[in-house]
Amino acid sequence: MTLNAYLILSTLLFCIGLIGVLKRKNVLMLFFSTEIMLNAVNVGLAAISKFHGDLSGQMFAFFIIAVAASEVAIGLGLLILWYKRTGSINLDDIARMKG
Amino acid sequence: MEKYVYIALFAPLVGSLVAALFSMRGKIAFTGWFTSLMLAVSMIASLNLLSFVYTTDIVLNVTLFEWMKAGSLNIPFGFIVDHVSVVMMTVVTVVSTMVHIHSIGYMENDEGFNRYFSYLSAFVFSMLVLVMSDNFAVLFIGWEGVGVCSWLLIGFWYKKESAAWAANEAFIMNRVGDVGLLLAMFLIYWSLGSLQYEEVFQNIGTLETSTITWIGILLFIGAMGKSAQFPLHTWLADAMEGPTPVSALIHAATMVTAGVYLVVRSNELYVLIPEVGYAIACLGAFVAIFAASMALVHNDMKRIIAYSTLSQLGYMFVAAGLGAYWVALFHLVTHAFFKSVLFLGAGNVMHAMNNELDIRKMGGLHNKMKSTSIIMTIASVALAGIFPLAGFFSKDKILEAAFNGDAYFLWLILWITAGLTAFYSFRLVMKVFHGEQNYSNDDFHPHEAKGFVIAAMVPLAILAVIAGWFEFAFVDFVTKVLPSWEASNIVSSTVWILILVTSAVAIAGIVYAVVKYRNGGFSKDWEDKSIHKLLSNQYYIPQFYENFITKPYHKLSVWVFNVIEVKIIDNTIENIASLIKKTGGKARVIQSGNLSSSLRLMVLGLILGLVLALVLSLFGGVK
Repeated sequence: MTLNAYLILSTLLFCIGLIGVLKRKNVLMLFFSTEIMLNAVNVGLAAISKFHGDLSGQMFAFFIIAVAASEVAIGLGLLILWYKRTGSINLDDIARMKG
Repeated sequence: MEKYVYIALFAPLVGSLVAALFSMRGKIAFTGWFTSLMLAVSMIASLNLLSFVYTTDIVLNVTLFEWMKAGSLNIPFGFIVDHVSVVMMTVVTVVSTMVHIHSIGYMENDEGFNRYFSYLSAFVFSMLVLVMSDNFAVLFIGWEGVGVCSWLLIGFWYKKESAAWAANEAFIMNRVGDVGLLLAMFLIYWSLGSLQYEEVFQNIGTLETSTITWIGILLFIGAMGKSAQFPLHTWLADAMEGPTPVSALIHAATMVTAGVYLVVRSNELYVLIPEVGYAIACLGAFVAIFAASMALVHNDMKRIIAYSTLSQLGYMFVAAGLGAYWVALFHLVTHAFFKSVLFLGAGNVMHAMNNELDIRKMGGLHNKMKSTSIIMTIASVALAGIFPLAGFFSKDKILEAAFNGDAYFLWLILWITAGLTAFYSFRLVMKVFHGEQNYSNDDFHPHEAKGFVIAAMVPLAILAVIAGWFEFAFVDFVTKVLPSWEASNIVSSTVWILILVTSAVAIAGIVYAVVKYRNGGFSKDWEDKSIHKLLSNQYYIPQFYENFITKPYHKLSVWVFNVIEVKIIDNTIENIASLIKKTGGKARVIQSGNLSSSLRLMVLGLILGLVLALVLSLFGGVK
């Protein structure tokens, strides 16, 4: 397969994630969407790294995975706390910062 | 020896800072005594330095720290103790020590007692910085420092409107002169690349005459502001609003002589431009007679002495302008002693008379204030220039210098002024201490000042008597740095004739004043004469300044305020502010607090940014 096929896959995944971020009202789904976007980038990085024979792209992908994991851990923790308080994880209910 | 330099310089600062700690409190006698003690320490250190320089002829150079160093600019915070500056240090510290002690008595019932001593010591520190500096930049710091302290002290009773006004007047007038000094400094640095006295005066000869002339003129404008020479003279008489010991220290003995010091210090520059020197001498002679004539008719005790100070400063500039630099410095020293005593005596009289200043309401005080009367009479004799008191030696030399320089007209003016000086000094003495009593015993209870107050005046009075006797030692001493000068054009018999003629006119002035005021003084209709009105209104110069400078300037300021400030600047700023406010009002709907819509906006922004980057990279030629 050519590099292009991987990059197209990466772009498609990224767009799916982006649409998820824009459309979904459920915060849990929002998290999934951001994970998809991050992994879309990972696919691109890994593919380019392979085709260029340079390992630093793959190392970068590992970093992103680690960072995403910790981010999700914190995010989910907050989400659980929020659910316990309000009983809802709908984005439209979280509007306390209205200016 | 370096440590004495530091002690002399910083002891007054320590005193000032300690007194400042108590500045918001009521009177604490400790601050007065502590600052006086610090001044005494500084005085002893200065005397030590004087004897050191006198015996060894070593010039001390001390660099406190690197101050400005950038590229070729190098201005250290350095001090020099040479023959000239050590003389100035001695005079400043001796007079100010005595003035500090005198002030303890003078200010004893004032609620700003501690504040006063803090200012007074800060002044002495600035003055020492001024005279000890070894470059123009540090001199300028001292120059401005004394200006600020003078402002603080003239306006010491700032609740009185006239005092606040006089303080501002003095400060603003001095700014005019300071512009001259600053420009001179810029010009010196621009053409010579240094501000150190040593380098500047070594290389000054390499410049074109026109540049030197400009530097000389601009430096003298600075000196004119500080030394209150015409036309910047009006502030000195108004500065008498301050406490009297301040007038003695700042506006008679030290600060106003800073201008003379500057010219004496820059002698190597003025030697090259004798025309400017001659112009300085002419202005000095004019101020001498101009101020003396105003002193003749004034009835305000302190103003009479202030005009006398102006007149004597004129004398000093004549000597400095004609190249007799040590004579100028000599007159500066003797004048500091007798004039400060005169002012301190005036302070005693004011104290005794409940701050009355009008000499028409005094008279016959001799019996009640014997010591003050005797001391002030001695100082007046010294001021008049009668042998063998200090004023005789220095003033006589100035007259000789004028005669020797073929400036016979200047000599004539100074000769007349010598007579006027004698007359107005004794008019003051007669009106205050002798003659009829012009106040009622019910309203006033004059009393002699306290013992220590008189004791503080005695050393100065003694110096006013004997300072002239050290003329030859003084000449030997200061001419190691200053150019020597002697009356070489005239034979010794002429010198003797000059001395006799000058003494004659001085004695005639005294005798005339004594006889005239013993017999009741001048008649009433004398006061209606136009010349009297002209003199007592100070030649209408203050009115002239008021009508032709202050008022138009005020009108201009009002116009600028109404048109430029309010209509242009304020309007612009207000419009900008309201524009931003409106934009904010419009944009606040974005902040709905909804995360989902925020995310959408964020994505929109991202896409817009990407599109912009794309467009720019395609069409903008960004590489």
